[in-house]
Amino acid sequence: MLRIDCPICGLRDETEFGYGGDATVVRPAVVETDVEKWLAYVFLRDNPRGPHREYWHHTQGCRQWLVVERDTLTHEIGIVALARNARSKGVGR
Amino acid sequence: MNVQPNRLASGGRIDRATTLGLRFDGRDYTAHPGDTLASAFLANDVRIVGRSFKYHRPRGIYSAGVEEPNALVELGVGARLEPNTRATTVEAFDGLEARSQNRWPSLAFDVQAVNGLFSRLMPAGFYYKTFIGPGRGTAAWMIFEKFIRRSAGIGRAVMEADPDTYEKVNAFCDVLVIGGGPAGLAAALAAGRTGARVVLAEQQGELGGSLLEAPVGGDTDHWLETMRAELVALSNVRILVRTTVFGAYDGGVYGLVERVWDHVAIPPEHQPRQRYWVLRTKSAVMATGAIERPLVFAGNDLPGVMLASAARAYVNRYAVLAGRRVVVFTNNDSAYTAARDLAAAGAAVTLIDARGQLPKSLTAAAAGVEIIASYAVACASGGQTLGAVEIGRVDVSTGQVSGPTRRLACDLMGVSGGWTPSVHLWSQRGRKPVYDVKCGAFVPVADALRNLLCAGACAAAGSLEGAIATGIAAGLQASGGGRRGNGIPTAPATPYADDWRRDMAPLWSVSGAGDRGKAFVDFQHDVTRDDVALAHREGYVSVEHLKRYTTAGMATDQGKTSNVNALTLIAKLQDSAIAAAGTTAFRPPYTPISFGAVVGRECGRHFRPTRLTPIHDWHVEHGAVLIEAGAWMRPWYYPAAGEGSEQAYVREAAHVRVKVGMVDVSTLGKIAIQGPDAADLLERLYVNGWKGLPVGRLRYGIMLREDGFVMDDGTTARLGETDYLMSTTTANAAKVLVFIEHLLQTAWTDLKVQVTSVTDQWAAIAVAGPGARGLLQAAVTGTDLSAAAFPNMSLTNGMIAGAPVRIHRMSYSGELAYEVYVPSGFGRWVWEALIEAGGPFGILPYGTEAMGALRIEKGHVAGAELDGRTTLRDLGLEGLASVKKPFVGSVLRNRPVLTDPARPCLVGLEVVEPGRRIAAGSLLFAAEGPIVGHGEGHVTSATYSPALNRSIGLGLLTRGPERLGETVRCVDLLGGSTVHVRVASPRFFDPQGERQNA
Repeated sequence: MLRIDCPICGLRDETEFGYGGDATVVRPAVVETDVEKWLAYVFLRDNPRGPHREYWHHTQGCRQWLVVERDTLTHEIGIVALARNARSKGVGR
Repeated sequence: MNVQPNRLASGGRIDRATTLGLRFDGRDYTAHPGDTLASAFLANDVRIVGRSFKYHRPRGIYSAGVEEPNALVELGVGARLEPNTRATTVEAFDGLEARSQNRWPSLAFDVQAVNGLFSRLMPAGFYYKTFIGPGRGTAAWMIFEKFIRRSAGIGRAVMEADPDTYEKVNAFCDVLVIGGGPAGLAAALAAGRTGARVVLAEQQGELGGSLLEAPVGGDTDHWLETMRAELVALSNVRILVRTTVFGAYDGGVYGLVERVWDHVAIPPEHQPRQRYWVLRTKSAVMATGAIERPLVFAGNDLPGVMLASAARAYVNRYAVLAGRRVVVFTNNDSAYTAARDLAAAGAAVTLIDARGQLPKSLTAAAAGVEIIASYAVACASGGQTLGAVEIGRVDVSTGQVSGPTRRLACDLMGVSGGWTPSVHLWSQRGRKPVYDVKCGAFVPVADALRNLLCAGACAAAGSLEGAIATGIAAGLQASGGGRRGNGIPTAPATPYADDWRRDMAPLWSVSGAGDRGKAFVDFQHDVTRDDVALAHREGYVSVEHLKRYTTAGMATDQGKTSNVNALTLIAKLQDSAIAAAGTTAFRPPYTPISFGAVVGRECGRHFRPTRLTPIHDWHVEHGAVLIEAGAWMRPWYYPAAGEGSEQAYVREAAHVRVKVGMVDVSTLGKIAIQGPDAADLLERLYVNGWKGLPVGRLRYGIMLREDGFVMDDGTTARLGETDYLMSTTTANAAKVLVFIEHLLQTAWTDLKVQVTSVTDQWAAIAVAGPGARGLLQAAVTGTDLSAAAFPNMSLTNGMIAGAPVRIHRMSYSGELAYEVYVPSGFGRWVWEALIEAGGPFGILPYGTEAMGALRIEKGHVAGAELDGRTTLRDLGLEGLASVKKPFVGSVLRNRPVLTDPARPCLVGLEVVEPGRRIAAGSLLFAAEGPIVGHGEGHVTSATYSPALNRSIGLGLLTRGPERLGETVRCVDLLGGSTVHVRVASPRFFDPQGERQNA
């Protein structure tokens, strides 16, 4: 079981969280009309071996979306940040 | 009471003052507290305790611990019957009942064992050869199934419900020490003295590990007592005995099962039988010890042959000498201790050492033992139990015995092929142990896991001194305790050589002269040396393939005694190094754990949480039949006397259309959307426009997923300038909120808006029917509910029976209808007030089935149509989508595959054959032609419509809206019926919507 250090709630069990997939993809602007950009956002994902940034939702805690650094090989958890702040801090890109 | 013929007159860690009565296969035996079932068997000279899996060979007790491959028995009676328990770990208690397994007609005589009947029928890879390949598969399985089911498998599962309770504990600690042997005790004390919160888990009933197998009263007992006393006195150390750490998981989380009351026939009242611990740790020390390894030779499975350390454990710990003429066969030093202790207990002991060079210090340690160097046991023989061994001169590098051989009569044999560190938990963390040639074993890589340290024999410490020293070091490192652990007593001096790594000979398997009969590698799955060779000849190279093909290591013992021997054999056949062959991965659990412990109390109606509406009790008190809707329990229908579900829902639905009915809709998802940008959020989420919605009005909305498919629908109310209440379907409430939160926190961080689930804060009651206005006017005060003042799709606030309510005028049933929102605490109060006020109007409650019938008559879509595979066009809702603004899914919904005109689209289906019914899930086929494939669509919802007096349904049909009036066939492949239906508009009833606007 993973243990994720939520910036709001502290170290919590994986079972309190929901998985939200790749946090390196960026949603196109609301007014974007290029279908290719939307297809890339919705469907195209890398499958990295090693460190990865991904979204986790603290569903049964503060209900904040987090950007979590997780190593897909060792399952080790690195930096955890609030998704709303992650972009400005350079995490999640 | 009978005597125990093999019990020594003194010694042992048993309570001789108390005698326990046991029963095995219908015969009575005695034992003492401190015994295991296995030691009781040996004390009573019960040598055969089971029959083997494949060949039905007689099997006895092979070990004194969790690694036991042979002595599996059925324990308990009735609903407490438990198959495949290891006699070596079952603590003896008064009234214990056990039975042998896999034998017929009796343990002493088994028909299937005659002439090794099965050896030709079930070679290695039997399942693969028989069931995989052209012309085999299912047909072959059906022929062989009965035969295999009767013969294969070992225990039988009980079919009754478990009468005992199990509980779960969530716990935390700084340092978990796994194993209460010398290394674990040292680690726990070193960590405990630093003040760290320590949990020490020991799978046996008492602390001590291998020290319990030493003679009673020796120096190690004093050391053990000192350590135990200090640990017990430390308040920051929690000692869990009878507790197995069965799994090591990510994040420093461990799974433990504490067998709280397994050592009695029936647990005391209100006590759990077992306790399942989920332990979150900062770090852990693995002091799990090592398991002695068998040597492979002909007849090595005969009852009477056991591990040398087991023979020693039975003598010293249980005061049981299971034979008088003992042969010990070894390739390393550790068996000398066993030989010495067996001789000291009065046995005539011959030690066969495959090695030629034996130092004096070693031979001197085994006083009173006849030592034969450079020899090996080529064959063990006897009738049903061990009677003699054939020994001969051996070449340790090849394992070949050359003649002539000698015969030694014996009735007990101890075997030591070296030791296998128990690296299971470490391996479970995804790491591969490496082969250490000196130890002849796979050992963990030091410091490969920051938070899981290895100490003692599991890290191949070969001596007691080494085990304690590594334990202290690991305990200090795990607790970050620096050097404050100094002063922990180190090992007592041992008067004999005990380092099993010293000059261990690489001998695994003995063959050549005198080799007659089967030589077993895996006892529990009856895998022989010949099976491994066969797998090699057939081209199996990888150890993982070898394991699955021969099934070596796949039994309930997971190859604790067999894995390394199987690996060494295959490496030798491949002429490769053992290190190159590698080892298989271990997965949880370390030893079998019961389903009961995993399930805990989460069974039956507590399998998952149940959600109840604030009005739930009223429904139950008034005879509602309930139905599960996700986690919710909802009233399905309220049967009158003698009514079944069919009559009840048809009556309820019809009643709503002529009088007035009430349904509890508290389960609908409710999301408060508040903030200056609330309208912008709705504008981006929903396909339709929201900017023009005035305060006090409602609007129906539909939202898509990012990929352009429909996600959910519902009505949203504008309560104030910046205050909206969104409703979602019951099923999608959680999903929609998570989706909105994701957008707001990751992409739309510019929007100033807050979303909050208020589903549980509000009860909601739908009042529907021609009498609805009159009823509410009678019940509600403080607001004008007249048609002019309160039009459809608007809201107002009022009071019912002193409780504040908000009333939304909107209709799902198609009738004049309202939804009354009440703070949850007043839910039942208001419901009852409405029932009372509704008396003169003929109010009746209705359930979800009638609600479904009413909405199908109106062609409203619900969960069956919003199944995640339908688009706005499919559902005939294209007209709702705004072309003036972007919204979630607005680009991808126009992908060609989603705009294909041949996609199945929503239609109504009317049964044309009187009296026939259609079922949801039926496939739709054209009126003529063969019924093959998936047809042209399917029925999503079906009901009997009281308004139309016939069976109707909604369905998705290819080019459906172009086919109105066409007759198609509705084929129920499960029910085996074909019904002709006419394609119609889904708006069966009141298509202009006049009734809801009354």
